[in-house]
Amino acid sequence: MVWDWLPEYLPRFMEGLWLTVQLLVISIVIGMTLAIPIGLVQVTGPRPLAWLAKGFCTVVRGTPLLIQLWLIYYGVGSLFPSIPGIRESFLWPYLRDAFPYAILAFSISVAGYEGEVMRGAFRGVPKGELEAARAIGMSPFQVLRRVWLPRAVQNVFPTLTGEFILTLKATPLAATITIYEAFGISSIVRQETYRIYEPLLFVAFLYICLSAILILLFRYLENKIPKRSA
Amino acid sequence: MNRNGFSDTGSTTLEVNDLHKSFDDLEVLKGVSMRAHEGDVVTMIGASGSGKSTFLRCINLLELPTSGEIKLKGEAVEFKNLKSGVLPSNKKQVQRFRSQLGMVFQSFNLWQHMTVMQNVIEGPVQVLGLSRAEATARAESILNRVGLWEKRDDYPAFMSGGQQQRAAIARALAMEPSVMLFDEPTSALDPELVGEVLKVIQSLAEEGRTMIMVTHEMKFARDVSTEVIYLHEGKIEEQGPPKQVFENPASDRCRKFVQAVH
Repeated sequence: MVWDWLPEYLPRFMEGLWLTVQLLVISIVIGMTLAIPIGLVQVTGPRPLAWLAKGFCTVVRGTPLLIQLWLIYYGVGSLFPSIPGIRESFLWPYLRDAFPYAILAFSISVAGYEGEVMRGAFRGVPKGELEAARAIGMSPFQVLRRVWLPRAVQNVFPTLTGEFILTLKATPLAATITIYEAFGISSIVRQETYRIYEPLLFVAFLYICLSAILILLFRYLENKIPKRSA
Repeated sequence: MNRNGFSDTGSTTLEVNDLHKSFDDLEVLKGVSMRAHEGDVVTMIGASGSGKSTFLRCINLLELPTSGEIKLKGEAVEFKNLKSGVLPSNKKQVQRFRSQLGMVFQSFNLWQHMTVMQNVIEGPVQVLGLSRAEATARAESILNRVGLWEKRDDYPAFMSGGQQQRAAIARALAMEPSVMLFDEPTSALDPELVGEVLKVIQSLAEEGRTMIMVTHEMKFARDVSTEVIYLHEGKIEEQGPPKQVFENPASDRCRKFVQAVH
């Protein structure tokens, strides 16, 4: 094995890793923000919204992320330049960049998968605890914020941890739309040095480190919340 | 003052008039009325399915009555009429009423993600707008009283049923409610844990709290109640002071019921 290329490319790997982290964290934040209402309306109704949410989850979970990513980047992305004047607008630098499309695709994916997880989580909170919250005089929003949501998240915390790890390992797909995140950098190394396996091993090592950090972080958070019923 | 009659003495804390409740085609409550004055302990007894729990749940609108009137300290719940029944028209009023009706459930229903202390201060802080310090001070004296001071930082899942129910009573008390509602508070408990909960409820009755209680503990009902209501198939069949209902009921059915459960 030959590793002499590593010192030269290490800074670029670090940049790539930073891009991976950004993609992951932003997508999880946006995706979970959407997943909460998507899960909730499937439990509370109204019916049409519940169907819409269910349909969204089914489509997102039933199609490959790679195809979603390409449809959004090459499909939606190619529609924008045809809008008159858009090249001169302040939006253009963002629309031209691939990163926002990746954020969009990954957020939708997280929203679809985690919306389904949250549906089960909301449904799993004992009705009696919600009744107790209403009986003490809480408004519907207070019931949600103080009891329903925290109880739901508590129940599915280990599941969510696993889901986020899976999302992390899906991020190399972003390399296919010109985003040089960690895996993208390893491809550059391969092209420029003709070394195939070393860069792959190195980037695999980076993902393991990232996964480990993520797991430790979530384990720490999980220990902060009380156990489920003994 | 006539405690059991319907003459208006002006100190009526809770008044329910002609309450009806149907689940689809099944009429569970067929016009139930009651009145509780300040300090009254009204106990509802009756067989399973007689509608006593439903009645209690209608009082704080966890179940919506089909028709009827509910008055707390002279103020009636505002309803609007729909084809299918009535709907409370003033959400803020409903929340205010509920905050004054301290509900204790059969299955405790403590919030499992909060410690005992957090459970007890939650209502005062979130609903009544007390500061955390005020609420904590209030909670400390209540927890002392129900004997859970040492357990204040425990989570409900690690406590016995009796302890959980006492914590749930503390949670309701912390709101300083006008009326306490007990929905079979000891039915989910192991027999040896019933006593500790009844003792707490009895001490509340003795200090003159207004309470409505659904229970199967006949001896307890007899000891603490000022009035007992026997419900049968959604109607009041017997009503009066405990001595009368338990020893000399006019209704045969009521006589059989109290003898059987005794």
